[in-house]
Amino acid sequence: MEYLPNIIFAVALILGIGFFARNVKKLSRNIKLGKDVDVSDNKSKRWKNMARIALGQTKMVVRPIAGIMHVIVYVGFIIINIEVLEIILDGLFGTHRLFSPLGSIYDFLIGSFEVLALLVIVAVVVFWIRRNIIRIQRFIKPEMKGWPKTDGNMILYIEFVLMILFLTMNAADFQLQQLGAEHYHEAGAFPVSQFIVPILDGLSESSLILVERTAWWLHILGILAFLNYLYYSKHLHILLAFPNTYYGKVKPQGQFNNLESVTKEVKLMMDPDADPYAAPAEQDTGEPEKFGASDVMDLNWVQLLNAYTCTECGRCTSECPANQTGKKLSPRKIMMDTRDRLEEVGKIMDANKGEFVSDGKQLLNDYITPEELWACTTCNACVQACPVSIDPLSIIVEMRRYLVMEQSAAPTELNNMMSNIENNGAPWPYNQMDRLNWVNE
Amino acid sequence: MSEQLKVKTMQEFMAEGKQPEILFWVGSAGSFDDRAKKISRAFVKLLNKANVDFAVLGTEESSTGDVAKRAGNEFLFQMQAMMNIELLNGYEIKRIVTCDPHSFNTLKNEYPSLGGNYDVLHHTQYLKELIDNGRLTITGDGYKGKRITFHDPCYLGRANSVFDAPRELLAKTNAELVEMKRHKKAALCCGAGGAQMFKEPEKGDMDVNVLRTKGALETNPNIIATGCPYCNTMMTDGIKAYEKEDSVTVLDVAEVLANSQGL
Ligand code: HEM
Ligand code: SF4
Ligand code: SF4
Repeated sequence: MEYLPNIIFAVALILGIGFFARNVKKLSRNIKLGKDVDVSDNKSKRWKNMARIALGQTKMVVRPIAGIMHVIVYVGFIIINIEVLEIILDGLFGTHRLFSPLGSIYDFLIGSFEVLALLVIVAVVVFWIRRNIIRIQRFIKPEMKGWPKTDGNMILYIEFVLMILFLTMNAADFQLQQLGAEHYHEAGAFPVSQFIVPILDGLSESSLILVERTAWWLHILGILAFLNYLYYSKHLHILLAFPNTYYGKVKPQGQFNNLESVTKEVKLMMDPDADPYAAPAEQDTGEPEKFGASDVMDLNWVQLLNAYTCTECGRCTSECPANQTGKKLSPRKIMMDTRDRLEEVGKIMDANKGEFVSDGKQLLNDYITPEELWACTTCNACVQACPVSIDPLSIIVEMRRYLVMEQSAAPTELNNMMSNIENNGAPWPYNQMDRLNWVNE
Repeated sequence: MSEQLKVKTMQEFMAEGKQPEILFWVGSAGSFDDRAKKISRAFVKLLNKANVDFAVLGTEESSTGDVAKRAGNEFLFQMQAMMNIELLNGYEIKRIVTCDPHSFNTLKNEYPSLGGNYDVLHHTQYLKELIDNGRLTITGDGYKGKRITFHDPCYLGRANSVFDAPRELLAKTNAELVEMKRHKKAALCCGAGGAQMFKEPEKGDMDVNVLRTKGALETNPNIIATGCPYCNTMMTDGIKAYEKEDSVTVLDVAEVLANSQGL
């Protein structure tokens, strides 16, 4: 019986990490449903982007309040996780504060964790107020109803509770150390939790141990639960922000990719020596290539990674000229829809032994409407605003390509514009022979 | 009809067995749109003043295909691009200057992988180069005391990080430059991009150009300067929506410079 807690702990740990590993596998399978894309270029620029944008949080602080609060939560989270390592080892070996032989360094570490925990609590409260009391515009757009709203708050509650548990655990521990309780040798400094101690005043040693153990267990179980919550949440960003900023666009924002499949066909059409009756190469490999995207599998895997990384912060949408003038388009919704559809596709695959079976739905129309797609001015404001290097515009363009090239479903005025280009080399119905008239007018 | 502009076509250069310093890519708007034609003329006046040996393609020029690409018609874009590239490569063109940021962007970024490699400049960059090299001088105080605010075209600024050249040119006229709240990387679109210029906007509660013009008017400008024929149209319409045509004018940077020199 003596080792029961250690065993329970080990089982919880294995289950927690095991489930997480399963989610990671699913995540990686879903992302790989996307088309291949060459991202082997510009390695040093990519590393720099990751260091600057994710690690250095440079684009977060463009909005100073949200940015600084987030830096606190982010730094707090990473550093406090050093403590989690000790908690895990203590749990496995039944030790108490395993790292305490570090002496004054240990005191300093625990002291800093406490201060950070307090700062995180402050930041989380500010975040909550911004979402629920001030109701900042970008958090209350139509796509934020339901789960996204709950998710946004849930995270804050989890962080809050975890930090309170951490401090409570320390306070009880501190009190026990003062009382000279067995097993609770003196270690650590408690600049914050000492103020919680008076609340615990008068509790017997066994009650204190109960408080300390409960807080300890809830804290570590909470962290394991949080780890498994990530996959279902916009909080996946705490992991994916790093690869996503690495794979983010490194070309000038105005540069769109040239579809290679189109290049092949256009070259064939323009080559006077080409044999018009020769079978197109694609037919050897099966069906002809589809132009543009109508579903998530037509997007590339970086675009799908983008969708899982999105923090739903709405900075993109709040900078979008179409959204600002009341159009339906919201670049954040483009990302959320892509993720939702990808999840749906993943679930269908789970239910069919890894095979995708059409459910009669797709990203186009069932999630994203042409009205949204046609409202985009391709201005790149959303790309510029995104603090984690997401490119909603590339998805919009890929879907327009499908509408135009596979379905000939452009708005009438645009069809007119395009036939003008085909016929007279200008988007207006003017004669190419009049191109130089401006000189003498 | 005003004074005669000196404009030679590539065909004429070829006939003389010569190469121009630059090719001026006029673009469809610069060739056909009544307002944009004035920009082409202003730019040519400056080129003439600086004695630049430049060529145009004239009737051989065709749409870059940019707007078709933004609309999703990759086929039409690549057809146009390959046609243009064949022509440009045939003339052995090295340097291209254009007044249209959309042409600038696609020629510079999207033509290379299709076989068209040129040194592409926006006209504000080229004018700045002419001034820096002492070939063009801007003198006089005609614009002193005038407030000018510069609207960054998306495909020049955010898309290609050209922010300084147009501002430095405007500063040469001794005008007072005032920035809008949203400028440079954070500039708001005029509403024309992504083929919006050629269609009615989707249902909403306001037009993008009106919102952008609001931001411009908040700086109390005499002139809204820009560097794109489409932005020019959008901002001009925006000014009309606010009935400010009498007090605020929308000009291209090249027009501001040409006017300041009495050209
Ligand atoms: C590694 C630990 C991290 C933690 C614990 C964390 C925590 C949080 C929390 C609690 C929020 C919600 C804020 C709110 O309610 O408004 C949030 C939002 C966000 N996080 Fe993180 N984050 C982490 C890493 C990152 C990284 C590396 C990035 C990359 C730049 C990032 C970017 C964002 C963005 C863009 C938002 C949206 C918030 C806004 O713009 O206001 N996070 N994060
Ligand atoms: S590129 Fe399109 S979606 Fe992005 S901000 Fe501009 S208009 Fe909105
Ligand atoms: S795409 Fe980027 S800016 Fe937009 S909501 Fe997602 S994380 Fe925020």
